[in-house]
Amino acid sequence: MNEPILQARGLVKRYGKVTAIDGADFDLLPGEVLAVVGDNGAGKSSLIKALSGAVVPDEGEIRVDGQPVHFRGPLDARRAGIETVYQDLALAPAQDIASNLFLGREKRLPGWRGSVLRALDAKAMRAQAQQVLDELGINIKSILQPVETLSGGQRQAVAVARAAAFGTKVVIMDEPTAALGVAESAKVLELIAKIRDRGLPVVLISHNMPHVFEIADRVHVHRLGRRAAVVKPADSTMNEVVGLLTGALRMGEDGVVEEVRHAVTTGLGEHRKSAE
Amino acid sequence: MTLNLRTPAVGPTIALVVAVVVFSVTTSTFLELDNLSLVVEQSLVVGTMALGQTLIILTAGIDLANAANTVLATLLMAKLVVGGAPSWLALLAGLAVAAFIGGVTGGLVTRVKLPPFIVTLGLLTILTAVSRIYTGQSVPVTDPLLSWLGTRRYLFGGIEVTYGMTVAVIMYVVLWYALTRTSWGKHVYAVGNEPEAARLSGINVRRTVLSVYLIAGLIYGIAAWQALGRVPNADPNAYQTGNLDSITAVVLGGTSLFGGRGSVLGTLVGALIVTVLRSGLTQAGIDDLYQNVATGVLVIAAVALDRFSRGRQR
Repeated sequence: MNEPILQARGLVKRYGKVTAIDGADFDLLPGEVLAVVGDNGAGKSSLIKALSGAVVPDEGEIRVDGQPVHFRGPLDARRAGIETVYQDLALAPAQDIASNLFLGREKRLPGWRGSVLRALDAKAMRAQAQQVLDELGINIKSILQPVETLSGGQRQAVAVARAAAFGTKVVIMDEPTAALGVAESAKVLELIAKIRDRGLPVVLISHNMPHVFEIADRVHVHRLGRRAAVVKPADSTMNEVVGLLTGALRMGEDGVVEEVRHAVTTGLGEHRKSAE
Repeated sequence: MTLNLRTPAVGPTIALVVAVVVFSVTTSTFLELDNLSLVVEQSLVVGTMALGQTLIILTAGIDLANAANTVLATLLMAKLVVGGAPSWLALLAGLAVAAFIGGVTGGLVTRVKLPPFIVTLGLLTILTAVSRIYTGQSVPVTDPLLSWLGTRRYLFGGIEVTYGMTVAVIMYVVLWYALTRTSWGKHVYAVGNEPEAARLSGINVRRTVLSVYLIAGLIYGIAAWQALGRVPNADPNAYQTGNLDSITAVVLGGTSLFGGRGSVLGTLVGALIVTVLRSGLTQAGIDDLYQNVATGVLVIAAVALDRFSRGRQR
């Protein structure tokens, strides 16, 4: 069995009386795309924030490569090799693509010009930015275009490229296809597959079941602040996942999905039987 | 590098060239070297204050108190020297107080999270009052160090250049370099453009903004030194429109009041446009009040242009 790259056990985060994370577990295996799905308010974004350092959990443990870590901010997570693509992308629209890729971690020139004059190595940064875009097959006219001149899908691609360029362990993506059309979504999914093929595991938060089933190797179902189930798209259906995240179905100890008794009848159980 | 109208400072430069050509043709005196060096001299203090103003506007802030800060620094320097303090100490005290006031402004903006407009509006009132409490009338000062920037001059291509001019040019070049060639500059633009993106990218937004206000304060202190070089007399009523004039220069130079876009070279051109316009209109025999009307129209036109060019990009 593969050792998880990113792992969490018993995470708890309370905001006053509200418990956003209620003893959540999490496992990301090497080289996989793990989708995290959950209803609104299930606490998946709090979980992701804890994993990316944006939120400090009250209890529980996070491990990177088996080593316990304590993130006090997003920078700590980034230093540990975990890159996050935020839903609003966190790009500076007036600045060019190369500047955005290196925003907050610009490269200085070697020698005295870099150390004394603090001069940036614009050439190296442009070349490296171009290389990353080429590797990921992102077609953009010029690396010096301001981000605001790009389409929504291209902006998403730039944000993803930044994460892929600097992430050494994990890339976390928050709803990367939510604001995109069909064709642009397909491109972003392709991009996710490319990143996985480069050996970098991806955590994908998404509401879009068809996208999840298209790209994910495993699906982490989040419900009421904790992990309710982990399923493989290969041997389950979208209806089953929807049932799990709404609580109509549950996964037993043995990993068998069953209908929850006393719940409103959903017909999902019968559906499953008839499907088999 | 390709030149197009979207490149910062190209539009303003064209406007400046047009203004110079128009006045050279319509008046007989405008192109005389004496007049040209006077034009540059007259841009000096406001041009320096506009440099600090540019930094602050790039972070989507605004400084209404910059001229009041400069004036207070001139009074402090002059009073200390008149009171018998060594001139180097007076100079340092003036620079330090101006930088300190910049730091206080930055602190209120970043820590207490007050809008820069309100903070500097309050400071404008406070500093103006403090200046008048400190001294009821102007303070004449004849000190070689304090007037050094204005009295020492050399010939450059037939034009008399003061040390003050030279210092201003050096400051513009240094800040141009810092803004376009260092991480700090990239961060200043990012913070003004999209603060949340800057924060998520690991930029210390508060420290960046605070550094901008501190540096701007120091620049206002240097503007005070330049002011004493031009007129050896610290006057609590001087530069009353310096804040608006500096904002005018910044806006005419193509820097966006919304933050994150613009350049100090544009501001340099903007400051020259204002002075050229005033000098040219004066020599064409046009009244002061009409010059104010012309400057005002120019500012509104420049902001409207910024608005439209940004609208096109969306």
